[in-house]
Amino acid sequence: MTVQKTRGISRRTLLKGTAAAAGLAAGSGAITGFPAILADEPITLRYLSTATNQAPAIADQAFKDTGIKIEYVTVETDDVTKRIVTQPDSFDLVDTEYFSLRNLVPSGNLMGMDAKKIKLVDKLATVITKGEVDGKKIGDQGTAPHKVCYLEGQHSKKFAKDPTEWLTLIPTTYNADTLGIRPDLIKRPIESWSELLNPEFKGKAAIINIPSIGIMDAAMVNEALGKVKYGDKGNMTKDEIDKTIATLIDAKKAGQFRAFWSDFNESVNLMASGETVIQSMWSPAVTAVRLKGIACTFQPLKEGYRAWASGFALPKTLKGKQLDAAYEFINWFLSGWAGAYLNRQGYYSAVLDTAKANMQPYEWDYWMEGKPAAQDIHGPDGGLLEKAGTVRDGGSYATRMGAVACWNSIMDENAYMIQKWNEFIAA
Amino acid sequence: MADSTVAESPGASLRGTRAAPRVRKAEGRGRPYWQIAPMAVVFLFFFILPLIVTFVVSFWNYTGYSITPAFVLNNYALAFDRCFSPAPGFCTTFRTYLSTLKFCAIVWAVTLVIGFTIAYYLVFQIRTNTTRIVLALICTIPFWTSNVIRMISWIPLLGRNGLVNQVLVGTGIVNQPIEWLLYSDFAVALALVHINTVFMIVPILNSMSRIDRSLVEAAYDAGASGWQTLSNVIVPLSKTGIAIGSIFVVTIVMGDFVTTGIMGGQQIASAGKVISTEISALQFPIASANAIVLLVIVLMIIWTLIRFVDIRKEL
Repeated sequence: MTVQKTRGISRRTLLKGTAAAAGLAAGSGAITGFPAILADEPITLRYLSTATNQAPAIADQAFKDTGIKIEYVTVETDDVTKRIVTQPDSFDLVDTEYFSLRNLVPSGNLMGMDAKKIKLVDKLATVITKGEVDGKKIGDQGTAPHKVCYLEGQHSKKFAKDPTEWLTLIPTTYNADTLGIRPDLIKRPIESWSELLNPEFKGKAAIINIPSIGIMDAAMVNEALGKVKYGDKGNMTKDEIDKTIATLIDAKKAGQFRAFWSDFNESVNLMASGETVIQSMWSPAVTAVRLKGIACTFQPLKEGYRAWASGFALPKTLKGKQLDAAYEFINWFLSGWAGAYLNRQGYYSAVLDTAKANMQPYEWDYWMEGKPAAQDIHGPDGGLLEKAGTVRDGGSYATRMGAVACWNSIMDENAYMIQKWNEFIAA
Repeated sequence: MADSTVAESPGASLRGTRAAPRVRKAEGRGRPYWQIAPMAVVFLFFFILPLIVTFVVSFWNYTGYSITPAFVLNNYALAFDRCFSPAPGFCTTFRTYLSTLKFCAIVWAVTLVIGFTIAYYLVFQIRTNTTRIVLALICTIPFWTSNVIRMISWIPLLGRNGLVNQVLVGTGIVNQPIEWLLYSDFAVALALVHINTVFMIVPILNSMSRIDRSLVEAAYDAGASGWQTLSNVIVPLSKTGIAIGSIFVVTIVMGDFVTTGIMGGQQIASAGKVISTEISALQFPIASANAIVLLVIVLMIIWTLIRFVDIRKEL
């Protein structure tokens, strides 16, 4: 491929390039016979997702390895869904969350992913495909990915109970979310979700203002306080929604919350400036606060985590070379380099083995095994993340994903929930 | 500033208006329509048509992933859910609009006083045109950065550990940092005033610079005090500017949800945020219904304003 694209280079650079490419491919175990792209003009794929899932480094590496150009289309979480439903021709590949599938699949705008074309389909993490970690069942309240993982047919609008050859999404990243805290300002151990509404932190707490996610954080708190026992926190009854919102309104009126946040940077600013000391948070936001030299912990809690997962889907209308290229890119994505990159950001990758092959053993031990860092841990961009000796918040992959209590979701009573959420904001 | 040149030779504007009909007659009746056509087309495609679509959709049905043509009043019923029941307290919609109207009133009053004062200063106290232009440009400084950056920079200033609190605590004026400086009604009002004052200054400046100076002199000569001149001569003659500025400020504040969201820590409801949340949840019909309600309320306010001042006559 290198030869094809770069004409007129010296023999030396050519040799170097080929050797490097061969070495890289051999090292990553990626020589599994990709169809070489010999087309004259590189194929460009418009890749729709949130900023979270887009890294220029991944696009660059993909271009080097496959010759496919990735053009990122960046929007917010809710807008990914909106684009798929309203403008399905505006992208060639989308990275969307599993919880949106309940709205996306009935729209008929996406096609089922052909398992036969995904080389590592059998290696996909069981957390996603079966809801298991090391063979043990984990919490599956809400839209757990294994419930919406398969379709009855390629263009079916129904989820299949058992594995079929048509996957709704090919997983990319997933993680377990919890509360972020400022240990330097709280100065005592935090062990339960109920602490979010502890009057001790009056005026110093925050919750995420994306209703479908915020309500679940609130439900974790409510259940921890012993106020409500939910049938399914990810699919509440109207009565459960009322009770959850009532708790939130009481807390708001009592001045518990400093602010609500709805985007990554807001959450980082709140925490870094000390406006809040405990709040809903996302893993990379915690890292961002720490990179400023400010103590911040992604605190594991005894009630467990609220997890999320996202994956690739293709628009129904994609065909020909574009379609082949999309599958090739997805196969490349699972082949290790991207997985290692994501793992180093604190996310989890869909195929663990190939990612492991692309990480240093000490990196794997720190990020995935929950062992103390044998040497300084650097982010994917090379910046220093953690000093040698630190242990990842929450520990190993099995401990963290094993403690998932519920998954991001869209409820049957979504419309009612949104209405009540607006009531909470106005209270 | 073209306006101030006009003010120096008040006859000019009058001559201009008188000359206009003659030109029109000479060059045919169709011409003015051609002249407004580009604006009309833009308005039609990007304002009137979307508005009609919004109105139509507000009667449709929806699911999480689709909207279907229908004629149902559910969306409006939901927008006013429990608003007319005898239950204690206000419903969400009334509470939201009450809060928005409160900010509207506060921001309008404050920007009016500040805007009028600045305009007065620029027109009557500044002698040279250059200084006037420079000072007027300075008023636009808040617009030199993006909205988001402007909003974020309030945090290090007003935050719990911000500059203001550090000074207050450092000088011993207060013992504890003041919490209500940020993420409060105060913060929202402050930011809205900060952004919107210039919309009040410019139209008032415009009307004020058209005031014939000899009228002011005449008032003094007739023995009027400074206040009497202000209230009987300058304010009435600035009424158009005040009305136009008020329309700007009121419509911007009514529709705002970014400033309210960021400065209020998203804890303060606004009509715009309600609509935005519903759109995010793909509930377009109910979002449309709420948009129509907002539009009707804003139009009612403007209609009231226009009743006080006949803008067309005064322009």
